[in-house]
Amino acid sequence: MAGIYLHIPFCKQACHYCNFHFSTSLHYKPELVAALQEEARLAAEQFPFPPGEAVHTIYFGGGTPSLLTLAELTQLLTAVRGHFNVDPDAEITLEVNPDDISEERLKEWRDAGINRLSIGVQSFFEEELRWMNRAHTAKQALEQVKKAREYFNNITIDLIYGGPGLSDEQWHQDLEQAKALNIPHLSCYALTVEPQTPLNKMIRAGKVPDVDPDKQSRHFLYLMQWAKENGYEHYEISNFARPGYRSRHNSAYWQGKSYIGLGPSAHSFDGKSRWWNIANNQAYIRSLQEGLIPFEKEELTGVQQLNERIMIALRTADGLDLSHIPSLEKTQLLKAAQRHIDAGHLVAQENKLRLTDEGRLLADGIAADLFFEEIK
Amino acid sequence: MKNIRNFCIIAHIDHGKSTLADRLLQSTNTISDREMMDQVLDDMDLEREKGITIKSHAIQINYRHTDGQEFILNLIDTPGHVDFSYEVSRALAACEGALLLVDATQGIQAQTISNLYLAIENDLEIIPVINKIDMDGAMIEEVQDQIIELIGCKPEDILLASGRTGLGIEGVLAAIVDRIPAPKGDPEAPLQALIFDSVFNSFRGIIVYYRIQNGTIRKGDKVRFVSTGQDYEADEVGILKLKMTEKKEVKAGDVGYIITGIKNAKEVKVGDTITLSNRPTKEPIKGFEEVKPMVFAGIYPVNTDEFEELRDCMDKLQLNDASLTYELETSQALGFGFRCGFLGMLHMEIIQERLEREFNQTVITTVPNVSFIAYTTKGEKVMVNNPSEFPDPVKTERIEEPYIRAQIITKPEYIGNIMTLCLGKRGILINQSYLTTTRVELIFEMPLTEIVFDFYDKLKSQTRGYASFDYHAIGYRDALISKMDILLNGEKVDALSALIHRSRAEDFGRKLCEKLKELLPRQQFQIAIQAAIGAKVVARENISAMRKDVTAKCYGGDISRKRKLLEKQKEGKKRMRQIGNVEVPQEAFLAVLKLDD
Repeated sequence: MAGIYLHIPFCKQACHYCNFHFSTSLHYKPELVAALQEEARLAAEQFPFPPGEAVHTIYFGGGTPSLLTLAELTQLLTAVRGHFNVDPDAEITLEVNPDDISEERLKEWRDAGINRLSIGVQSFFEEELRWMNRAHTAKQALEQVKKAREYFNNITIDLIYGGPGLSDEQWHQDLEQAKALNIPHLSCYALTVEPQTPLNKMIRAGKVPDVDPDKQSRHFLYLMQWAKENGYEHYEISNFARPGYRSRHNSAYWQGKSYIGLGPSAHSFDGKSRWWNIANNQAYIRSLQEGLIPFEKEELTGVQQLNERIMIALRTADGLDLSHIPSLEKTQLLKAAQRHIDAGHLVAQENKLRLTDEGRLLADGIAADLFFEEIK
Repeated sequence: MKNIRNFCIIAHIDHGKSTLADRLLQSTNTISDREMMDQVLDDMDLEREKGITIKSHAIQINYRHTDGQEFILNLIDTPGHVDFSYEVSRALAACEGALLLVDATQGIQAQTISNLYLAIENDLEIIPVINKIDMDGAMIEEVQDQIIELIGCKPEDILLASGRTGLGIEGVLAAIVDRIPAPKGDPEAPLQALIFDSVFNSFRGIIVYYRIQNGTIRKGDKVRFVSTGQDYEADEVGILKLKMTEKKEVKAGDVGYIITGIKNAKEVKVGDTITLSNRPTKEPIKGFEEVKPMVFAGIYPVNTDEFEELRDCMDKLQLNDASLTYELETSQALGFGFRCGFLGMLHMEIIQERLEREFNQTVITTVPNVSFIAYTTKGEKVMVNNPSEFPDPVKTERIEEPYIRAQIITKPEYIGNIMTLCLGKRGILINQSYLTTTRVELIFEMPLTEIVFDFYDKLKSQTRGYASFDYHAIGYRDALISKMDILLNGEKVDALSALIHRSRAEDFGRKLCEKLKELLPRQQFQIAIQAAIGAKVVARENISAMRKDVTAKCYGGDISRKRKLLEKQKEGKKRMRQIGNVEVPQEAFLAVLKLDD
């Protein structure tokens, strides 16, 4: 088994663009932590992974996992280690917000066994952070990341580009700042307007300008070029790493490996089926108090498995490996790909299909074109 | 025979014909309250919804007059739209009288007048009835004046009624008996029966409705349809109560049905004469015409693999609508489909909707066109019902297009708007007259092709709905017609080609290109949309390439959702048609019908 994800669905305040599952009420945090431990126990018993298979990564995501106390974090890690065969060298990532970072907490996290920090910086500009409704300031972003760097070598930061207020120059400066801080891994996301978010409402009410796809593609193209010039490998659409610093946990998703997700709304996958927990903290807690993991499940057909492979692999620098695809499907795939190869958006070499930089801007449509259809 | 009355109701859409008919049936107990459904005569869903009768029907009413005598009243229902004026004329020919029904709140409308003229031509006794007199806004006196001016009757000849409340219904029934003459005819003479309608029944085949002028039709008779010369055996004859009622014979003067096991609607032609094979009439009933389609368009299945299914549906549809014609057609853009001929634009809409509702088909209808005549330099005369048949201009001497005489009745304040509209549509004003101080009749001669594209909607909006329109064909005239093609990145889209007057081409081309720009999704490359006549580009629009189409996040919880999204996107693309390298959604093929100013 590749990895275990723990979803910590609490935030101090809601970011305007976020559509993940979270609550800004911390009232049920202790119960939720207990439920997560119970789920880890049940999951280890119930899910059909080969017994004893090693867990190579653990990832605390959210929400805001830096809201966990040291005791809570320790309990959770102990539970996971107790129920699963966790590799001693496992990558253990904690998502943290800059405003939660302090020397004391950094020490705690390090001592608890966390060896990779993912810091939700989003921007180094105050006005950007304000409209996003982030809890931290630009000053905190800079200083706390600097501080974190003293305790952790393996750090990634999140940055958001293409937003209505972010100029080209500011975006370039955000990237330069990350480099100056010697951050070895960057997750750079194009601002996406998700339905049911305050951002979406603000745009529809005309309070914020809508995102400009031309600006977004400009920022993305600059980012790709900048990454090349500054020694960051563009190994997934939104992820950039210095050599040796790819996210092992996320890479496993993209390689189609199996994973277990613990916590409300978390997804699990065993290669053929995917299941996801209820996205409601109280219902999740209640169910686990009665010894039941509250999930829904879908079995993937062969075609769906193949389509997911195409969709995800094309997003990665490694590309879609054709050597495991049956010859009939491979022929069909290459035929569908030809148009995009001709357009300079795809490259077929070494028995692999990879997107070019231009192609990465159009990854979704290209993947959809390469999809197979169910035979009815 | 002296106790039979055959009549119809002439009325404009929404003037309350169906409601009045319901009251006549109810008050004579032809139909019990239990059986009563609103608007019994309109039994197709679509008719009910559109509030118009598409296919005519007939029903027999048994009526006891105030003097105690029993009468048979045959009500022959008539279709209420301009596209069906021939069918209306044949239904009228089967009657001796007509109720002229006018809405007290609306006054006389164009269609009422043209049908009234048809009735007068057929020597029908006209009984004017003002309906909806109970409504607020009823203008009884004004409408009375309109009617008197129009038919020259006395004020006391005009009946007042309300179909909704039943007010005045007895008076209407009495007037039908007292004022409409009994039919004349000789039951012993050779059979002459006028076919005024037919319906398809999946168990019995085609059921033919007729009115007997002379002679008698009996079960088991060998009958002949004069226009086709085909002989059949009368398996069953009878009269039309709420349901068909079998009889041994139906005699001169009466209205009835015949079942002969005919399966193909084309064999039964409205206006044709039924006679006996062994004792045929020397004279068929006058007025028979072969119905010719006026408007043509391609109908294609949305999914190319559903062609066979569509073919079955077209076959079935034609069984109960013989005025629909179709033949196989192929389009590079749309695959296999049918070139269909319709009586007019409403008929086309009805067919489309029936395919969708009754037969559950989703279809693409291409740019409609009228039927042109091309005279080649070799002296040949070619009918052009399809842009693809349009001859090479070099080898064409001239083109003729069909003209119509259009009658519009409106309020004086809209004359200006209507003049602008019709003159802009190449109309020629022939006559303008005040029917009353508040009703003006305008007569235009216009090319039929001009009413194919958004004429009805414009007429409606330019007059706030206060205009009624009727037309009939008046033959062909010379015209400068060109074939305009639409090109996407240089590839011709055959399904979007149109035959259009030269003075229109530029404007039409520009609007079509603009509309297509709205309807075509951005693709990964630039798309050039061009409208061209021959090699000459008359309009052009560009759609710039899509700049960005990639989801930012794709982690454990995003994968399923994203896969489903892309699968859906792919499914949507499958429904698009590939023209060269451009994917074209179905709406684009309908763009031409939705052009506005």
